[in-house]
Amino acid sequence: MTDVLELSNITKRFGALTANEDVSLSLAQGEILALLGENGAGKTTLMNILFGHYTADAGEVRVFGDTLPPGKPRAAIAAGVGMVHQHFTLAGNLTVLENVMLGSEPLGRLRSNRAAARKKLMAISDRFGLPVDPDSKVSRLSVGERQRIEILKALYRDARILILDEPTAVLARPEAERLFETLRGMTKDGLSLIFISHKLHEVMAASDRVAVLRGGRMVAERRTSETSPAELAELMVGRKVERPVREDHRIGAPVLLADRITVADEGETKLDDISFTVHAGEILGIVGVSGNGQGALGALLSGLMHPSQGSLTLNGADAGHLGPRGLINAGAARVPEDRHAEGAVGEMTVWENAVLERVRSTEFSKLGFVRQAAARAHAADLIKRFDVRGATPDTRIRLLSGGNMQKLILGRCLATGPRFLLANQPTRGLDEGAIAAVHAELLAARAEGAAILLISEELEEAVQLSDRIQAIVKGRLSQPVTADEADPRRLGLMMAGVWESTDAA
Amino acid sequence: MRLERRENVPLSTVAMAPLAAILAALVLAAGLIGAAGVNPLTAYGEMLRGALGSRLSITEMLTRATPLILTGLAAAVAFRARLWNIGGEGQFYVGALTTAWIGHSLALPGPIGMAVLMVCGMAAGALLLAGPAFLRLRFGVDEVVTTLLLNFIVILFVGLMIEGPLRDPLAFGWPQSVPVDGAYRLPDLVPRTRLHIGLLVAIAAAGVIWLVLTRTVFGVETRAAGLNARAAAFAGISLPKTIMGVALVSGALAGLAGAVEVMGVTGGVTTTMSPGFGYAGIVVAMLAALHPAGVVAAAIFVATVFVGADAMSRATGVPSFIADVIVALSLLTMLVALLFTTYRLRR
Repeated sequence: MTDVLELSNITKRFGALTANEDVSLSLAQGEILALLGENGAGKTTLMNILFGHYTADAGEVRVFGDTLPPGKPRAAIAAGVGMVHQHFTLAGNLTVLENVMLGSEPLGRLRSNRAAARKKLMAISDRFGLPVDPDSKVSRLSVGERQRIEILKALYRDARILILDEPTAVLARPEAERLFETLRGMTKDGLSLIFISHKLHEVMAASDRVAVLRGGRMVAERRTSETSPAELAELMVGRKVERPVREDHRIGAPVLLADRITVADEGETKLDDISFTVHAGEILGIVGVSGNGQGALGALLSGLMHPSQGSLTLNGADAGHLGPRGLINAGAARVPEDRHAEGAVGEMTVWENAVLERVRSTEFSKLGFVRQAAARAHAADLIKRFDVRGATPDTRIRLLSGGNMQKLILGRCLATGPRFLLANQPTRGLDEGAIAAVHAELLAARAEGAAILLISEELEEAVQLSDRIQAIVKGRLSQPVTADEADPRRLGLMMAGVWESTDAA
Repeated sequence: MRLERRENVPLSTVAMAPLAAILAALVLAAGLIGAAGVNPLTAYGEMLRGALGSRLSITEMLTRATPLILTGLAAAVAFRARLWNIGGEGQFYVGALTTAWIGHSLALPGPIGMAVLMVCGMAAGALLLAGPAFLRLRFGVDEVVTTLLLNFIVILFVGLMIEGPLRDPLAFGWPQSVPVDGAYRLPDLVPRTRLHIGLLVAIAAAGVIWLVLTRTVFGVETRAAGLNARAAAFAGISLPKTIMGVALVSGALAGLAGAVEVMGVTGGVTTTMSPGFGYAGIVVAMLAALHPAGVVAAAIFVATVFVGADAMSRATGVPSFIADVIVALSLLTMLVALLFTTYRLRR
């Protein structure tokens, strides 16, 4: 096999931060290389240098033997490198065909040649088994379909080397598996691929070779067949990381009771006749493929949506119409699904974020004035108790890493000793070390008797943490199964919505 | 070339931005002054002398700065919560008209009457902005459009009133409203000049707003809502209440500017009493990076340009419209400067 791509001795600094240091990497014809590393290890920076978005401080990039001029994405595209970004770069108001053509035609040309473009797109679509409707608007497509368009866009520009940045971050597992099958097929057609990931199982399942980045340096390269998830995890984190284990203990009385709740929003039924109970000292896991009503369930339990039918009871009192502050006063705490969009105000300080939910309480305000000293002390206490690194009470919260921000949000929730905790995707996008810390906090809260509802798209996590599990499918909830009964096959069936037929049988 | 977000912006950079913006605006305007056949340095020298060269000119400049501080605060408070109040001009006029109307026939002791009139002007301004705020919250109507267009409606309404029911019979046919009673004219701050204690009111307002924004629950919640509305809603902050609260405060400040100008300078209302105080307030707020203390400094800059431009025009023959050009340019350069304090250009 010949190398189609070579990165040699790449170094890139952003101010004081060294994002890549002396990184070398090669990719062989027809190979799938996984670039593995925690968040902030320098994976995306490296790929952006390869693609010409960034200019390296040192080192060079060779594609098919020719050195690429630095800082010129067009040169990379012309050399046959295509990049599929983690955050899609599609225009929702244009059609698939228009999106694919965008930027590949000279700006000065008066008429675009749609007929030829359509023919070429359909030929690629057939050849690589990526079915699309060229005339549908991108805004109507699902996330998986949009990703397919991104890949087609790269192939349309005659990419021979494809880079995918965290391609499965937005995909449900079946979609992810389908994606990797497609990618595998593409290598048979002579394409070479690099995909960036921090998920071990998909690296093991889909790659030929793994390169591990840690702290901006290349720490190891392995053939996938000659390594193990345990070894990769250790290489990635730099030490042994073990997720904490749930221990059996006595489950207490019911704390949160949802009785036949239906939630409708603008005429659309988001949650359909759902019932569940969370007991003190119990973690109830809600698993499901993304987009099946988790958002509405989270909003309901955060006080942002209200039942149109049925009742929500917290500690014996109605909680369906309380709103966020009312829920908090009633003993609930909430970890939101998206910490950047909902959990924190990035431009505000750590202390302001730490007290934002309870700023009107007598603890943090008096006669309409904020008790800043008390608020700062509270934030300092959270930072210490929940091991939030790189933060002082006066740090702007957007400067924290994802894991540390999540620890602070979790601390904000747990500081009050809540009776009920909603943990909505609490480890999404976090690295292994931070995941272990979040899991440990959740289990500690469970041990202290909090009733926890965990919404997770990571099956592994749900099974590790939950005492009981229910699946959410199209806004409906399955019957609960206990952790012992929850084998992967059964959960898979539940997530596919087949519990109803088994109930009848 | 791409824009990259700066990780940590030192305070000195933030403070430098308006200075750089003003310098850039002056350099750009120098081109126009040069085109008018005058050495820009001479023109700017005349401008400075006209605004700051004597005790009288300084008091004139500060008199001009007084309403600008208040309209600047009005814009700053609203913009921080992403309520785009472009209606400062209209709120200024309803504040002024209400003050003149009530102040003409009010019978209260002087100081109490002054306070009452200021509150009336504030209430009028607040009510005028409450309408667009309500339309935005209830129907999603863009407040940029409603507040901007209300300015013209208000000025036409003022014209109607001062030609009709509120016409001053002693104004020799001039379209001017009845004046506020002499008992409620604000005392001079410096004797035998036009500078009145309204300046102290405006500076105090800046202090109060600073305190409210940084120290109160309302301030923290308003900032959260402006910076990240979803996170604020998740934390249980009511966005409609916040927006409405901000609208009332912002409108009240612009209304106060009108009240103070009537009580301190003009006595009665004319349709030309404001040389665009409401609009210039937007520039003041942006130059101040929406900071209340910065608003005072920015208002003094804008007032210097306005007052100095008249003197420069007399001395050099360059049209005094150059003041509008400089103020408008400084808004544009400030927007660019703000972009570069938040982002840096990288290859």
